[in-house]
Amino acid sequence: MATTLPRPKSTARTKPAIIDCDIHNELDSERDLYPYLPPRWLEHLKTYGMHGPSGAVYPRFLNRRNDAHPPSGREPGSDPAFTSQQLLDEWNVAYGILNPLTGVGSQLNPEFDAALATAVNDWQTAEWLDPEPRLRASIIIPFEHADLAVAEIERRAADKRFVQVQFSGRPREPMGRRKYWPIYAACERHGLAVMSHAFGSGGQPITGCGWPSYYIEDHVGPAQSMQANLISLVVEGVFERFPGLRVVSAENGFGWAPSLAWRLDATYTLLDGEVPHLKRKPSEYLHEHVWYCTQPVEEPERPQDFLRLLDQVGADRLIFASDYAHWDWDAPDAVLPPRLPDDVRRKIFYENALHLYRLPDTGA
Amino acid sequence: MTRYVVAEAAEIPPGERKIVEVAGRSLGVFNLGGEFFALRNRCPHQGGPLCEGKTFGLIEASVPGAITYSREGEILTCAWHGWEFDIRTGRSWCAPERLRVRRYEISVEPGTSLTTTPAAAIPGKVPGPYTAETYPVLIEGHYLVVEIDG
Amino acid sequence: MQAAPNLAADEALVGALIDCDVHNVVPHVEALFPYLPPYWVEHVRRSAFKGATTSYYPPNAPLSALADSKPPDAPAGSSLALLREQVLDPLGVEVAILNCLYAIDSLHNPEAAVAFASAVNDWQIAEWLDRDPRLRASIVVPAQLPELAAREIARVCDHPGFVQVLLPARSEHPYGSRLFRPLWAEIARCDLVAGIHFGGAPGNPPFPSGWPSYYFEEYAGMAQVFQSQLASIVSEGVLDLFPALRIVLVESGFTWLPGFMWRFDKEWRNLRQLVPWVKRAPSAYIREHVRLTIQPLDAPPTTADLLSTIDQLGSDDLLLFGTDYPHRHSTDPFRSFLPHLSPALARKIRGENARALYRLSSPA
Repeated sequence: MATTLPRPKSTARTKPAIIDCDIHNELDSERDLYPYLPPRWLEHLKTYGMHGPSGAVYPRFLNRRNDAHPPSGREPGSDPAFTSQQLLDEWNVAYGILNPLTGVGSQLNPEFDAALATAVNDWQTAEWLDPEPRLRASIIIPFEHADLAVAEIERRAADKRFVQVQFSGRPREPMGRRKYWPIYAACERHGLAVMSHAFGSGGQPITGCGWPSYYIEDHVGPAQSMQANLISLVVEGVFERFPGLRVVSAENGFGWAPSLAWRLDATYTLLDGEVPHLKRKPSEYLHEHVWYCTQPVEEPERPQDFLRLLDQVGADRLIFASDYAHWDWDAPDAVLPPRLPDDVRRKIFYENALHLYRLPDTGA
Repeated sequence: MTRYVVAEAAEIPPGERKIVEVAGRSLGVFNLGGEFFALRNRCPHQGGPLCEGKTFGLIEASVPGAITYSREGEILTCAWHGWEFDIRTGRSWCAPERLRVRRYEISVEPGTSLTTTPAAAIPGKVPGPYTAETYPVLIEGHYLVVEIDG
Repeated sequence: MQAAPNLAADEALVGALIDCDVHNVVPHVEALFPYLPPYWVEHVRRSAFKGATTSYYPPNAPLSALADSKPPDAPAGSSLALLREQVLDPLGVEVAILNCLYAIDSLHNPEAAVAFASAVNDWQIAEWLDRDPRLRASIVVPAQLPELAAREIARVCDHPGFVQVLLPARSEHPYGSRLFRPLWAEIARCDLVAGIHFGGAPGNPPFPSGWPSYYFEEYAGMAQVFQSQLASIVSEGVLDLFPALRIVLVESGFTWLPGFMWRFDKEWRNLRQLVPWVKRAPSAYIREHVRLTIQPLDAPPTTADLLSTIDQLGSDDLLLFGTDYPHRHSTDPFRSFLPHLSPALARKIRGENARALYRLSSPA
């Protein structure tokens, strides 16, 4: 007779506690926001819909993990209970940071954008943060309009479950530009990090040489656009002006970070005269103010290259992120080589994020 | 080498698949036009549930503008990152030598060959510690039998 | 290079020297009069239009000119005599590749773009190529008009001094775009190298998020533009359509290349279905078809990291020596780069890689 054996269940308790710095809480549809919008903007949403710049749409085969469909029939990532089970429970996530990508933040109508941001943050509070104590969240802000963005930040600042604000990876101007400074001031004031999440478009072509054709170029692109963001933040002196500011790079990878620091320092020896407001080398600002989410994790062919990369970026600067439930997510047990020292592993998976976001240690 | 009955052949029509748990492993069993294939349900990339991904045909092009599509349904893409695997061979498309998924020998056997052999001679009986669920085998049926090391 | 180096008895400084990045600068628009049609000579004399006046480098910035490279009453790089005196003779340069950065791409008027490109090429022939047998040059083209660019290439490609076509790194569309097929077809037909060079004035911004405030940002951020161009050229199948194509990235930096290849290869494994003509990992295409000049070095702080970065390139064939005369850099390759390499690799970078790439005959 033949047999079938049940697979031994691996329990979350056998996995070490981790902090996941990039979880996508999705809308099943725009209807999820209806209860949170005032009548004037509910009517606008139903009649005119969301309307952002149109260029950055790249056809693809996969959007979400094919095994992340909740039993409720809702879209992957849009069912809080299923996220808690498939992600937080399964992987022993002590804290998860929510980053909803809804198109809100870059809507062309400023007041509509602000109203949607408020609605999304109310939705996050009611349906994600309140029921699930392990979650924290990004404040969605209309970042192209600093006055409206600061108003939303002030609205949320007292709720310490909001730990950062969200920028799209390709805003309408480089991130260091003056128009965004009031947002940074508010974040510094309230101890909130500034998180730049890959993708999006403020309406400019998504590369410095025009619009690419293929999704693979869009997907390689966050490395380039995040470098541009950091160049702007450093060179415009944002870290001199806001010495308490913390910046998080989400879903941009990190393999580009060392060579960016080298290039900026080399350029600084030639062009320091143009930037007298900088008091330190660019690499020093990067090393003090920027954290890099690990996802999508780099995959050099030779293991020693990955170890050298970790060393060059600095194990203190990396924070684990899964990017659940997108297709390009990273499984927590597949991100770091198995023979990494325990203390390095613990930093990247837990301690760095704990300190960055000033979270209470769960003792897990 | 231990042989396990994993399903009735009729359970998996052509173009369909079934995920089965065998000997502590999750496998995906595929029916390609009447031929059966068994692959480990674990992607060599990050360990994802490979066999829960979508199947496609083979997409090829020598230059842009001339894409050919053949072998419909024979390329399995991982449920996570979309890596392509040839169901017949278990080889990945991006690095066929270096990156592959384990494939298992699978055969279709009539019920008669499985039930009339004395129990001691059936290489499918596995002792504890796990609770073994016996798969009922009927003389009239045809069954998919997978060979697994150890 | 800051001064003629001491060439005494250092193994790393032995072997033919081929300078793959030297700039011949049009001294003033009148220098083009002998080569322009009468309509344009009159246009320049009698109107506000003075040809392409955009420079990719601020003329008085420290990086734009080495000391003493500026002749009286003309810009640095405009004097063949000074080039001989400061580079060709003291360094014993066997061959120098000229890259004239006259900003044809800034001319939106197509008649002007075509006329001035032709004039610059005729000027290059008469006043540079025909005057010194050590010189080779890049054909200047109106890249923004691919069919007309192809026509200009066909017009002059028979001159043995032209070995390359110059394409500014910043363009209105990425160079892999189908819009550029006629240009690539002609480059391939004439069997020239495509030299993608720092700079460009296409009209659209240099960052994925718009216009940075400081030249520092544009300078440092140019590396990302090169990366986007590589992503485009590979993704769009240019190297599959033209399998014998040779490409050089000039003044791009190279220490970012390993991280870029890791990321691009990873995305190809994930997304091959969208670009099925990319039949091998992108890094394989890059190692086969692409070369890079060594200035700016953008070196890491330690020699160990520099050597590992070069090792991570995965091929000794990739790097090409170039002074980037008359531009100034923060490092002297004769002091801080070549001596650290094995003699064999130093020889390849000094000249043998360039000899193979440009098919230059071996010295007698």
